[in-house]
Amino acid sequence: MAESELLRADLVVEYPFTRSTGPVVGAFLTGLREGILLGIQRRDGTVLVPPTEYDPVTSEPLTEMVEVGQAGVVETWTWVDPPRPQSPWEVPHALAMIRLDGADTAMLHGVLVDSPTEMTTGMRVRAVWADQRVGHIADLDGFRPEAS
Amino acid sequence: MAEGAGQRDVAVVSVAVRQEEALTDENEVQLLVDLVNRARNAVGLSQAEIGFTCSGSSDFLAGQAFSFVQTLDAVGAFPPISESHVEMDGAFALYEAWVKLQIGDVDTALVYGYGKPSAGSVRDVLALQLDPYYLAPLWPDAHALAALQARLLLDSGTVTPEALAEVAVRSLHNAVGNPNAVRASAEATPEELLAAEPVADPLRASDLAQVADGGCAVVLAAGERARALCERPAWIRGIDHRIDGHALGTRDLTRAPSAAMAAQEVGASSDRLDIAEIHGPTTSQEWILQRELGIAGGTDVNPSGGALAADTLMASGLIRIAEAAARVGAGTADRALAHATSGPCLQQNLVCVLEGD
Repeated sequence: MAESELLRADLVVEYPFTRSTGPVVGAFLTGLREGILLGIQRRDGTVLVPPTEYDPVTSEPLTEMVEVGQAGVVETWTWVDPPRPQSPWEVPHALAMIRLDGADTAMLHGVLVDSPTEMTTGMRVRAVWADQRVGHIADLDGFRPEAS
Repeated sequence: MAEGAGQRDVAVVSVAVRQEEALTDENEVQLLVDLVNRARNAVGLSQAEIGFTCSGSSDFLAGQAFSFVQTLDAVGAFPPISESHVEMDGAFALYEAWVKLQIGDVDTALVYGYGKPSAGSVRDVLALQLDPYYLAPLWPDAHALAALQARLLLDSGTVTPEALAEVAVRSLHNAVGNPNAVRASAEATPEELLAAEPVADPLRASDLAQVADGGCAVVLAAGERARALCERPAWIRGIDHRIDGHALGTRDLTRAPSAAMAAQEVGASSDRLDIAEIHGPTTSQEWILQRELGIAGGTDVNPSGGALAADTLMASGLIRIAEAAARVGAGTADRALAHATSGPCLQQNLVCVLEGD
């Protein structure tokens, strides 16, 4: 079939529902708007960041929100080039699992460096905040290497 | 369910598989008319003689809600049939059909799974299965998440890039002669693969599954019915699926405890396994699974080439069961393990052990 004979139509897949973020995810997102990072304490004293409403192992409800540091350690990373079309980043960047100071689990976010040669497992990185914050994971522009 | 725990004997009695790089001139119904007919005709069953039908597919691939209803046209749903669907790989639809057969009111079941990922960018579509607040808005694609897992594995010192390249080479070699393999090579060497630049650092293109369109149809039958329908049924001696936590930071990504637990539940290691068909969408994941499933040296791993040779979202797991069952049915294997995975970084795992008489 010739290319000009093909019928084409745009298809937009929509998800037209409103969701409530609840007391834990909602508190974390509100914290982002205020420029702070929150985790949640498990019964054994360890801290989950990002926080979950229920303990991932015991399923107990969790309620003790605690503020954690704005810097931490890269536990693992990869390089994204080209950036994915829908992601918040328009230039090549690292994605990393980052364990923040005071946290016992790692969170996923971007590391804003120019080249994969600037990335190493175990490096320290610090949060970079967006100027306009709305209570969304992209209120964090990402993380940058801490000045050594 | 644990091996032999008062189960009704259920077997795979016929299979049909098709995978291609892109099925541009066929829709899902056309694909499945052929597969469903091949699987039913091989054992001489009409749809009226099928007690239960169950399918696995994804609306995210089809781009519309309840897309599986359309593909029922390929089965022939009138007069009305007893039917179900899972928004999961067809292997999990097979599990539902196996449970239905355990109840005992039907003796036969048709299971199929299909997907046409070539219509979009499946690595990005998979980001939509993630947590919608912490992860999905950042759009970590499937290659990036697998790469985060692979680096942890390499940094832990338990595996080397060379060992991962050997997994890729095994797949390329085994895929030669598999008509459904999209990627195959008799000559590939680890050195040649390691010379390529990473595409999702530290993973190279050869570490990542070859995306393919396609599907798989399987007929199950219980007890004497299975013996009457085919010469050598592939008996399901155990089937189990387990899931790990969703939050990536709460898991040790170098492990897949749910895979180990499922393998334990079905008694996978209780006797020699001739073959293992493992659904590992990357070389690193295939390596992790081989360890978690307790696959020993004498087992032929992924004789079909596995998902690295052709990976069809929503069918790859069922195809692993079909490939294992076909070898048991043909008598080239007596005892086989088949595995399916789902979710980010091997979150959910199904294990099935098949045996010949």
